[in-house]
Amino acid sequence: MAIDGLKGFDMTRTLSLRLALLAMASLLAAGSAHAELKVFACEPEWAALVKELAAEDATVYTATNALQDPHQVQAKPSLIAAVRNADLVVCTGADLEAGWLPVLLRQSGNAKVQEGQKGHFEASAYVRMLEVPQRLDRSDGDVHAHGNPHINTAPATFAAVAPALARRLAELDPAHANQYTKRQVDFSQRWNQATQRWALAAAPLKGMRVVVQHKGFPYLEAWLGLQEAATLEPKPGMEPSSAYLSTVLQQLQAQPAKVLIRAAYSDGRGSQWLAERTKLPVVVLPFTVGGNAAAKDLFGLFDDTIEQLLKASR
Amino acid sequence: MQTSSPCVRLSALTLAMGLIWCSPSQAAPADAELHELRQAVQQMRAQYESRLQALEQRLQQAEARANSAPQPSDPITAVPNPARAASGSNSFNPSVALILSGNYAHLSQNPDTWSLGGFPMVEGETGPGTKGFNLGESEITLSANIDPWWYGALTLAFSPENEASVEEAFIQTTALSNGLKVKAGRFFSGLGYLNEHHAHTWDFVDAPLAYQAFLGGKLGQDGVQAKWLLPTEQFVELGAEGARGEASDNGAGRMALFAHTGGDVGDSHSWRAGVSQLWERSLSRSFSANNPLTGTEATHTFTGRNRVTVIDGVWKWAPNGNAKRTHVKLQGEYFRRQAQGQLLAGLDPADDTVPGQMDAYSATQSGWYLQGIYQFAPGWRVGLRRDQLNVGKSSLGLNVDRVEASNHNPHRDSVMLDWALSEFSRWRIQFNRDQARPGSTDTQVYLQYQMSLGAHGAHGY
Repeated sequence: MAIDGLKGFDMTRTLSLRLALLAMASLLAAGSAHAELKVFACEPEWAALVKELAAEDATVYTATNALQDPHQVQAKPSLIAAVRNADLVVCTGADLEAGWLPVLLRQSGNAKVQEGQKGHFEASAYVRMLEVPQRLDRSDGDVHAHGNPHINTAPATFAAVAPALARRLAELDPAHANQYTKRQVDFSQRWNQATQRWALAAAPLKGMRVVVQHKGFPYLEAWLGLQEAATLEPKPGMEPSSAYLSTVLQQLQAQPAKVLIRAAYSDGRGSQWLAERTKLPVVVLPFTVGGNAAAKDLFGLFDDTIEQLLKASR
Repeated sequence: MQTSSPCVRLSALTLAMGLIWCSPSQAAPADAELHELRQAVQQMRAQYESRLQALEQRLQQAEARANSAPQPSDPITAVPNPARAASGSNSFNPSVALILSGNYAHLSQNPDTWSLGGFPMVEGETGPGTKGFNLGESEITLSANIDPWWYGALTLAFSPENEASVEEAFIQTTALSNGLKVKAGRFFSGLGYLNEHHAHTWDFVDAPLAYQAFLGGKLGQDGVQAKWLLPTEQFVELGAEGARGEASDNGAGRMALFAHTGGDVGDSHSWRAGVSQLWERSLSRSFSANNPLTGTEATHTFTGRNRVTVIDGVWKWAPNGNAKRTHVKLQGEYFRRQAQGQLLAGLDPADDTVPGQMDAYSATQSGWYLQGIYQFAPGWRVGLRRDQLNVGKSSLGLNVDRVEASNHNPHRDSVMLDWALSEFSRWRIQFNRDQARPGSTDTQVYLQYQMSLGAHGAHGY
């Protein structure tokens, strides 16, 4: 009995050893399956681009949604934890996130994603910036020294950023370098075709006079040849006063515009007030991925933007 | 990919050619053999060339495909904008942020008579300030990365009395990974919630009474701090501090441990909560209070140690997380202090030769504040705050009839309205119903401005 018992013990021990080995092996396998890049995207458009380029090779955390003003985001605990665990931070840069990203980076204790490191990618560095101020003075409002940071409103931005971002992804994850390149070539091809399609469809918009809520669309205007007739914010980042709105109203009565444009995240009251008095249609553009039901991805974003502008222009 | 096969062929060819070149040095082979070999080599060369041609063709095709692939319509290159790089002799200068503030105070009571009831042992910046127009504290912060491993910051505060004080002067690691950060120098302690926030980011003109009673307004540390952010999805931060405190020996007079956690609930809610513990030793606090034995005001001195426990919590709401138009912030902290040591009860301040009486002293006191801020329109916020201190229990031993300890529980109610024309300027009006003093109410009205110049200050949660 005793010997039998011992044998039994031995057998169970071997079995449990095997099981443990198996568990370890499966853990290792799971570990390697989870070795994908962790990407922290400041805004939804960069999350969408990373998803196009990395597919299942990266997990993407999106810090903000399309209904949040990207200038004014709280450096929340959840964001700090996400930056701490990230391999790559993808943001617009050009001081768009100046009010919150520095805090996240400093508090994250993550050396990999600090400015200047491989794990820190600023999309605006690859784009020709518009509205770079001639002088820097806060009496001009919340101006950005490097130019208008709302680069996400023109397809050319993504055409330019995609190769650079793919290269960065490949650099950080050389094992999947080929896949990143392949997906980028594929994305760029589809993107170029779509851009040609959008440009063709939007041809009638050329020269259309628009009123914008915030100076958030210079790249869209430059791309489609829209003319900015007025801005509802007297200065970038400042709420319009009723007196200021009245001047805009007078100005528009003298020189009418065709549509009022605002981003999904911005407060609609100013444009509503003006729309009631000028009878101009208000176009609430998704501004970024997730800004409305149609803007599910980058393609949907511009499909919907062009469609809405065309509809309002008729 | 078949790129490797031509290489193999190539090496086979070299081998064959080597054989041929080597052969004359060997015994003269038969002509027929030589001819055979030549033929074989030529065959191989022909094969190799045809393969090379095929490869070249494939390469050309691939290139043609690549050329037909989309090119950015804008002449943008995939290299970073050269224009972004700053140059010049001042490009490495630290960023400068300046805070200017001032206020007008209307106080119904003489501020010199202000006291915290049953909390006589207060030190640091406490009280309602002075009447009338006041220059607030101006603050200047210089900060920059020092090298790839360190970040440094200095904050100088200039008081209306023309004194400059070093509020913070610390270095912090930037190259450590795994969520680890180490700070050294003078810094605001990470305990509680409000303590790490500079005064210009407060929602009220003054510090909560609990901060005044237990931390002397704000706890600055001269020492080292280590913080570790756990590798979890949920924000969990652990911290430890060792600082000089009031000790004069080689050891740390003040130690602190704290833990914070936080997260989101949906898109609209976020929160943070924490618990902290502070140990202070080698304390010496003098205060004056009536000595019933002599019937005179006398100076009493406590020497010993404190243990302070802080529980803090903050909850924020903004529709879809967009705080620009409207948001709510609810914040509260609870303090509990256990003091233990000796109390020297003085007899007569006029006569130093009369010895006082020393005996054991212990006390457990607590306090809390709760405040809510509501932004009802862009730039406009209202706030409510309740402050409450609890004298608690104290044991004076033999000194029980020599120190007339007040048992008044100080409390205060505040309401404020502030207006920010931009992110960089704020005006505030605040009313306090201050019942810190025993038996009288001080009605305090403040009008305050706070302006931020220079580097865009990014604020913590």
